[in-house]
Amino acid sequence: MYVDNKKVQDLADNLSDSNEIEGRSLWQDARHRFFKNKAALVSLITLSLIVLFALVGPQFSPWDYEEIDWDAMGDIQTMGAPSFSSGHYFGTDDLGRDLYSRVIQGTQISLMVGLIGSFIAVVVGTLYGAVAGYLGGRIDSAMMRTVDILMAIPFMFVLILLMVMFGRSIYMIFIGIGLLSWLEMSRIIRGQTLSLKNKEFIEAAIATGVKPFTIVTRHIVPNVLGIVVVYATLLVPGMIMTESFISFLGLGVQEPQTSWGALINEGARTIQNGTLWQLLFPLFFFITTLLSFFFIGDGLRDALDPKDR
Amino acid sequence: MNNSNELLSVTDLKVQFDIYPKGAMPWTSPDKLKAVDGVNFTLNKGETLGIVGESGCGKSTLARALIKLIPAQDGKVLWMGEQNILDVSKRELLDIRRQAQMIYQDPLASLNPRMTIGQIIAEPLTTHHPETKKSDVKLKVKDMMLKVGLLPNQINRYPHEFSGGQCQRIGIARALILSPKLIICDEPVSALDVSVQAQVINLLMELQNDLGMSLIFIAHDLSVVRHISTRIMVLYLGNVAEVSPANDLYENPRHPYTQALISAVPIPDPEIEKNKDIILLEGDLPSPLNPPSGCVFRTRCPKAQELCAKEKPALESNDSNHFVACHFPD
Amino acid sequence: MNLLEVKDLSVQFDTLDGTVSAVNGISFNLKAGETLGIVGESGSGKSQTVFALMGLIARNGKTTGSIKYNGQEILNLPEKQLNKIRAQQISMIFQDPMTSLNPYTRVSDQLAEVLIHHKGMSKKQALAESVQMLDAVKIPEAKSRIHLYPHEFSGGMRQRVMIAMALLCKPKLLIADEPTTALDVTVQAQIMTLLSELQQELKTAIILITHDLGVIAGSCEEMLVMYGGRVMEYGNIKKVFSDPAHPYTKGLLHAIPRIDHQGSQLTTIPGSPPNMLRLPKGCPFEPRCDVASDTCRNEIPALQEFSKNRYRACHSAMEV
Repeated sequence: MYVDNKKVQDLADNLSDSNEIEGRSLWQDARHRFFKNKAALVSLITLSLIVLFALVGPQFSPWDYEEIDWDAMGDIQTMGAPSFSSGHYFGTDDLGRDLYSRVIQGTQISLMVGLIGSFIAVVVGTLYGAVAGYLGGRIDSAMMRTVDILMAIPFMFVLILLMVMFGRSIYMIFIGIGLLSWLEMSRIIRGQTLSLKNKEFIEAAIATGVKPFTIVTRHIVPNVLGIVVVYATLLVPGMIMTESFISFLGLGVQEPQTSWGALINEGARTIQNGTLWQLLFPLFFFITTLLSFFFIGDGLRDALDPKDR
Repeated sequence: MNNSNELLSVTDLKVQFDIYPKGAMPWTSPDKLKAVDGVNFTLNKGETLGIVGESGCGKSTLARALIKLIPAQDGKVLWMGEQNILDVSKRELLDIRRQAQMIYQDPLASLNPRMTIGQIIAEPLTTHHPETKKSDVKLKVKDMMLKVGLLPNQINRYPHEFSGGQCQRIGIARALILSPKLIICDEPVSALDVSVQAQVINLLMELQNDLGMSLIFIAHDLSVVRHISTRIMVLYLGNVAEVSPANDLYENPRHPYTQALISAVPIPDPEIEKNKDIILLEGDLPSPLNPPSGCVFRTRCPKAQELCAKEKPALESNDSNHFVACHFPD
Repeated sequence: MNLLEVKDLSVQFDTLDGTVSAVNGISFNLKAGETLGIVGESGSGKSQTVFALMGLIARNGKTTGSIKYNGQEILNLPEKQLNKIRAQQISMIFQDPMTSLNPYTRVSDQLAEVLIHHKGMSKKQALAESVQMLDAVKIPEAKSRIHLYPHEFSGGMRQRVMIAMALLCKPKLLIADEPTTALDVTVQAQIMTLLSELQQELKTAIILITHDLGVIAGSCEEMLVMYGGRVMEYGNIKKVFSDPAHPYTKGLLHAIPRIDHQGSQLTTIPGSPPNMLRLPKGCPFEPRCDVASDTCRNEIPALQEFSKNRYRACHSAMEV
């Protein structure tokens, strides 16, 4: 007897839904491994604190980001230094505006750019790459050659052109970064899809009669999500740096709005005046955030290692 | 004539792959790899056809071409004596796919690691009968799990939490849930431990006994194939060498390749093994890109003669059961 | 005197998930020119046993016990001394010839390297001797083919190249770890015949590891049945096959289909091979054994000689 049917049947009669054992999915395994990684965990906490800071910080400051402190204006080196009494926790910038609020503002802008850009890259890039990889053949070739052509366009150049043509606005930055951020992602996802396509469970789904689009969404996408998440996390710092670079050049966000890049730019210019805080505070946030994303991305990659059991 | 007992009737099936030589110019015509080069056979209801052969014989390609997972260049595959699978519309193909399922060699790789086994087993059911109520689906899945010897309370677990033998059972449950008429088994026990192989083989045989489906069992292990099959087909380099009832093939192999193959299979009995005369084949397997003219086996055949290089032998038989493709069969 | 004496060999690995006891107290002997077959399923520890013999255990592994080659203790020998024994005295061939031959180096260089390093030959001498060896393993046109890369050979040919490489220094002991598992059955027959011919010529002792009882039946004189890192049965092959003394051996012999038998029901061994991270306290086979008792669950059975040169590790009574 291949299995004692009567015995198992009796067992089954006594079984109800509540007896079902909860499985341990691969995501749970990965989460467990991620939390074991101290660097990633610390970075996650740090990042959360920074986000919290960006959201709640303004409550603690008597100044807002564009208000000019006329008292400090004449003599930034002494009056504009960081102090609790004046309400300028981070000091002021060269025009007498509160640096604390401006840093918060910059944090908000920079984080948004990074996250929105990443989001666009993920959604567009994943679907585009998965479809191209799955369909294969000439459609795949056409889709990927389009990506190649788009990638050949110098990104910075286009972005700057857009800025010049349509004026500097935060939305321009989002569009520009979004337009070009999904390209790399689509290539990676297409590669993953190609290797997944040959796996037997995809063949089994085809043999079962599952429709191609369902195969892409049910079988392929969940199995590339791991890579997607890792890359998205590593994309964010790249986007923040791009935006910072543009702002540093003076082409980014328009005054009085600001971003880390713009703040660093201003801070760097005024070093010789002895107003070091104008550079150090925005720089600190910039570096800390980027490092956090790198460690988290690294931790995610280790946790989601394809050689998982 | 429509033989109502016939499930599959394959005529002159040919599958070729285009291989582009490395570094060639884009306009050079590709080499043709003849993976399956004119295969004929029939499969009756309720019987098990074993397909054996060594690497490069085309058995896996054949299995996939039968249900159009790989395109075939020529030939006919008649389903139930009526429809040619290679020619049907998308809808008809979907309907045939409901009735012909497949089990794979690597138990873990054939299951989506991100789905619970409940979802995996239910997928054929939800694909072909999407109107089924969730509670009914669950009941059917649990019933299937019992049938293959899995505990139903494991329904929410993931494939990596099971052993190889259990994964293969999950694959079998998935193949059976729609009560198909045909199951194609592509080396289903090769990746399993010996003590587990027996469990799965027994399970397949019991299920066939209970449910009456036909099996196409592909393997390279002749001992396993003899055990489970009613009839056996021996392939060599994309061609059929011999087709015969299982016991007859072992007791009376007529094709020189079959004879060499059977003599090479090790028997777990020291007395027999040490005194056995093995027919050793000379040379190497020819490349399927450039198969020998005439009979493809002639380059290694101890009996090869001039005729063998000129003419490809047809599949013929003395009685209506045991077919050989050889100019000088025993 | 025994060529090889292994006593109480144990190998443990420190992994992220815990300690894996891959090999637990293995003992056996091998005489010169003899063939010993080690049979077992996945997790039985058969491969790790021979890796320990060659000093190939991974860095996170710890080997204890005693391995005496020609009377000399070779376990945990420093690399320098071990290298003198490797290839010249003890040699090994592996399952997958594609991964055990360097795909970026020509076969000629790989073969010559062995001779240049171990025998101090010149490149010319080494090449000539290598061609001779390839002839001996029946590779056609050896003189020209020797300059090819491994991927230009077929699977069976690559395995022959590996055998040639292993026998270049005419070792006294050849370890073959599943040498034919990845090969077609007709090629397997060729390779096993070749091995037996070479063995007769060079008087090499062979340790053959496989999961295929048919292959063991055809080439070995003695056999070792392993399960869960332990020896279950050990003895002369004819006696073990005709009269198995351990429930696991019995189960295995009844579970394999034989080509010379008509299809009847196979007697299965329920359950699956053990998880090496969590081995049972007592006999590793107990969860699947149909004659197991409470003693089996709590006490590890020792390997005992119950008849001349026949050993079994089992608490259950012997069937007379």
